[in-house]
Amino acid sequence: MIRFLMNDREVCLDHCAPDMTVLEYLRTKAEQRGTKEGCASGDCGACTVVIAEAVGNRLQYRNVNSCITLLGSLHGKQLVTVEHLKLQGALHPVQQAMVDLHGSQCGFCTPGFIMSMFALYKSCELPSRADVEQALAGNLCRCTGYRPIIDAALSLAGKGSQDAFSAQEAVIYSRLTKMVQQSPQASMQDGLHQFLIPRNSDELLALLTQHPNAKLVAGGTDFALSITQQLQQPEVVIYTGRVVELLQIEESEESISIGAAVSYTDMQSLLHKHFVSFAEMLERLGSLQVRNQGTLGGNIANASPIGDTPPVLLALDAILHVRSPAGRESLPIREFFTGYRQTKLPPSGFIETIEIPLQPERILNVYKISKRLDDDISAVCAAFSIELQDGVVRHARLGFGGMAATPARALNAEQALKDQPFTEQGIKAAQQALAQDFSPIDDVRASGAYRLQVAQNLLLRAVLEQANPSDEALEVVQYA
Amino acid sequence: MRNLKATGSQAKQIGGATGVARKHESAAKHVAGEAVYVDDMLEPRGTLYGAVGYSSIAKGRIASMDLSAVRQSDGVVDVLLLDDIPGHTDIGAVFDGDPILTSDEIKYQGQPIFVVVADTEQQARRAVKQAVIEFIEEAPMLDVVEALTAKQFVRPSHYMAHGDAQVALENAPKRLQAEQHVGGQEHFYLEGQVALVVPAEDGGMLVYSSTQHPSEVQKLVAEVLNVPVNRITVDMRRMGGGFGGKESQAAAWACMAAALVLKTKRPVKIRLPRVDDMTMTGKRHPFYNTYDIGFDEQGLIQGADIMVAGNCGHSADLSDAIVDRAMFHADNAYYLPNVSIAGHRCMTNTVSHTAFRGFGGPQGMMIIERAMDDIARAVGKDPLDVRKLNLYGAAGRDTTPYHQKVEHNLLLELIEQLEQSSNYGARKAEIRQWNQTSRVLKRGLALTPVKFGISFTLQHLNQAGALIHIYTDGSIQVNHGGTEMGQGLHTKIIQIVAEALAIDPDEIQITATRTDKVPNTSPTAASSGTDLNGQAARNAALILKQRIAKCIAEHKECAIESVCFTEGRIYWGDQDESMSFADAALFAYEHRVSLSATGYYKTPKIWYDRDKAKGRPFFYFAYGAAVSEVIVDTLTGEYKVVGVDILHDVGRSLNPAVDRGQIEGGFIQGMGWLTTEELKWNDKGALMSNGPATYKIPAISDTPKRFNVGLFERANDEETVYHSKAVGEPPFMLAISVWSALRDAISSISDYRISPPLDTPATPERVLNAVMVTRELAKQQEGRSQS
Repeated sequence: MIRFLMNDREVCLDHCAPDMTVLEYLRTKAEQRGTKEGCASGDCGACTVVIAEAVGNRLQYRNVNSCITLLGSLHGKQLVTVEHLKLQGALHPVQQAMVDLHGSQCGFCTPGFIMSMFALYKSCELPSRADVEQALAGNLCRCTGYRPIIDAALSLAGKGSQDAFSAQEAVIYSRLTKMVQQSPQASMQDGLHQFLIPRNSDELLALLTQHPNAKLVAGGTDFALSITQQLQQPEVVIYTGRVVELLQIEESEESISIGAAVSYTDMQSLLHKHFVSFAEMLERLGSLQVRNQGTLGGNIANASPIGDTPPVLLALDAILHVRSPAGRESLPIREFFTGYRQTKLPPSGFIETIEIPLQPERILNVYKISKRLDDDISAVCAAFSIELQDGVVRHARLGFGGMAATPARALNAEQALKDQPFTEQGIKAAQQALAQDFSPIDDVRASGAYRLQVAQNLLLRAVLEQANPSDEALEVVQYA
Repeated sequence: MRNLKATGSQAKQIGGATGVARKHESAAKHVAGEAVYVDDMLEPRGTLYGAVGYSSIAKGRIASMDLSAVRQSDGVVDVLLLDDIPGHTDIGAVFDGDPILTSDEIKYQGQPIFVVVADTEQQARRAVKQAVIEFIEEAPMLDVVEALTAKQFVRPSHYMAHGDAQVALENAPKRLQAEQHVGGQEHFYLEGQVALVVPAEDGGMLVYSSTQHPSEVQKLVAEVLNVPVNRITVDMRRMGGGFGGKESQAAAWACMAAALVLKTKRPVKIRLPRVDDMTMTGKRHPFYNTYDIGFDEQGLIQGADIMVAGNCGHSADLSDAIVDRAMFHADNAYYLPNVSIAGHRCMTNTVSHTAFRGFGGPQGMMIIERAMDDIARAVGKDPLDVRKLNLYGAAGRDTTPYHQKVEHNLLLELIEQLEQSSNYGARKAEIRQWNQTSRVLKRGLALTPVKFGISFTLQHLNQAGALIHIYTDGSIQVNHGGTEMGQGLHTKIIQIVAEALAIDPDEIQITATRTDKVPNTSPTAASSGTDLNGQAARNAALILKQRIAKCIAEHKECAIESVCFTEGRIYWGDQDESMSFADAALFAYEHRVSLSATGYYKTPKIWYDRDKAKGRPFFYFAYGAAVSEVIVDTLTGEYKVVGVDILHDVGRSLNPAVDRGQIEGGFIQGMGWLTTEELKWNDKGALMSNGPATYKIPAISDTPKRFNVGLFERANDEETVYHSKAVGEPPFMLAISVWSALRDAISSISDYRISPPLDTPATPERVLNAVMVTRELAKQQEGRSQS
């Protein structure tokens, strides 16, 4: 059985297909149709809901796309929908602000915006314009041009975040905690189809051994598309979101270690401490809704050639700690990707943690090039980890996404950089060598020629930034 | 000003008649998830859900089709094929060419072939995938220039001329020629296409459809079912966005659902998943345009030969009027003394492109705005100086290529005011300076104007009806032919009726647009919603006001002229006696006065003789101008719009908040069209940008931080409703300033000598290519000047 709170009502489900999304549940089972479907692919935010979880000693409110959230993942959480915000006929402050500032026109995207604004309201008392843009970048509006929505969100700054939810927080917190304690073995099934929720690495290994073809799902932000777009009906889904070992973050002198099921949002501050440009790029990975669910482990195991973290992890020489029935092993990420969506992950194996060595002598530059600044998939993602000695390159790791069938390093270019001055002249050979490293393809996002040209130009950008670190901003995003 | 009369302490301050920033009538419902869209209605018991099977190829024939696995799929109840249609099978909006389903010839990828209904939407969608269809594939026509060369058209070409372009071109001191490709645009209404059809008596049906044109859906459903129009009722409360995409192309799904209701005797809902919606429905027309333009050393145009060619897709749909409107706007704000304009309607094997905010106008304007920049670079002037020099002016410089005089022209004054308020001159100088020392990043600034003609160019559409009921408690129900898609039409209508009756707008309830309340309506399109329906509603209100006044005059024995409606009360005689509007309603009812009236309106003055390409197609023009500033990365082609200043003419604003919403929303949508929104078909004619992961409309941080929007408030000189002006489409074209600013930034790398070619959408890739081309051209020019 899985148990969750639907607003303030407890829902217990035994019989339910593992591919049931929260959106489909809301609209077709619960008849709660305030939450809208705009795309069913996690790209428009019309279906945004808020999930409240007991974290530490309080509730943490986060917005997610209900269209790509599997219902089973709600176990032990509170699902807050737009219908729940009004209290005894009075609009919630975020709703009132949107009305007062003319933030809705056709109104179809509005419930999603309201929920993202509600999550912001509960998590940030004094949001800046940048905070608002971060919080709402995953919500598309086709009518307003966003200005009144930004004004509405900013009008709440400093107005406090005490609302009816604050008054109920302790009660909800204890209901959620009790729910999990009372139902440690959570699962649901529909015939042979099952949704399984292991609690630790041993249980996960046992389930994977028992169901070698099971789909392993963490955030599910890509996996869910196989359900909503390809209409697949997976038999066994194993959810990693409650596996304690996969949720750990550790930090030592030599490295940081991130559990495979840690969400992007939860790793953000640690990355910011050690790898600023990685953290800044993460702010443009998907949307906040996606980052609240998506994980490093999922991005790596998914092995998409356009995932944004593998190029960075390649440049940083990350190590994947993998567990399978054959035992535990450590795989350097450079050996992990073997072909288009193919990896060296052993059968019934899974990534437990990702370890990133700390090498402060190396400078990391991460660039994400896409059509749109917010919530877009990269045409090219580039990560350069460079160590200089007296202006000469001693070490270079160049990781790229969007340039080949897998995330890949530019080995020829790395070689060409070595022992060269890191100057416009010094990188010329490396720029040329990129053409040997990659023959990128034309697709809907960009042409191969553009990708290669940009990859070459990004090396120059890194040189100019290195030579001139503070004088002049070199990226348009810095004017955002 | 309104005459505000003291009415005692109990009287509520009545605001919210026209001119006030009243909130959207559904705002409180929108934010609470309580606004009901078609897909949110609780379906009647037994409703079936449809999914459409469509062609995977762009051109050819169906060789064989095996749907047995579809029929056997879980939950499937029935399948609809072309042969099941009892009546008309062609549902083309104006011209034939849009078969509801095909059983043989395929003209585009996404062409509907069959419809499955099942107990759930998921089951229907899964069943569609079981179809086995074999096609005989032929090479599709996908290129607009190829179609133009082959003269493969969906409708005949149209030509306009004024003066003698050829002679003027030959005699002009300077002459330039250029071509451009202007990309199309997906509507991306957040609510996809949807219809729910419920069986009614006598072979009739009740159709809930997310449509901008309920009357057309009604007519087409009746034709498909082969029943009189009076059996069909279409109900439309609100759309989750339309933008033109639900003008003609909402009908197909309603017709399919209706045919399935006939077949299954059960209610049927068809809602298109996003990818299906983007694959099966038409978009803004991509255009291929050319100009040949002659001018003097100052940049004053002497002659112009302009060609616009719309990529219409496989059928005519609304393309005739769309390409006409592109031609009507190929002059934009500029007087072209000797001009010829040709407009072609090219046929390609894609979805049938359709109405989209601006309706061809934006694509037509792009060619003349390109020319303005190009002329400026050629004569070494700032583009704004060339634009101002060529504006329509006084007599002798006020005739359009279609021979309508430009009257009440506000543009020069409006532009000069914006130039001041945006500090254009100083910023331009500062940017030029900045660009000289910034190696990688380049900034650009541009001011572009808009002059947009208001009226349907198909004359008979310029009419509207409204129906008002006053009930005995004084509450009012208003219904009119327009549809609400977020633009605030209902809000403005409430304000108009409230103003006409001098009552509290809160007393007015607007109900769903229904074909059984107001018949034979025009689409809510061409920015006309308020102009037409507002006047009709006002006329209905004035009829009722007159009846009540007459009743009071008769029974209170006073002159009718003395009956005065003010602030929710009615005064008569010496104005010392009064009653509330509610009491007056009851009083009139008890004296057997009808409290229900229809109002009607048709636009005066307009005509167009298409054979001669002469006339006055537009009742008036709406004007505006925008200044945009951008910053471009010459290493990657990435860019950012950092500042926008807008001054826009809305006449006397009925609702400044709603008008500002239209201006800002239109601008950002236009910016998306010209920048990140890229439609890509592969070489087989399949749409690759078929979802929001690959098709990028502006997101929140694309909204510029500096975004100053001013209303150029001046009463419309024509007799429009309270002298307001239409505002739906015109602001869309203000975004051309963004494209022009990008060209300005790129031009800086040639010290403003080269006018960079930059087709749209100006994606980072196109911008980077333009940077490289400009650099190359500048080098060549330098080489030439040195040798």
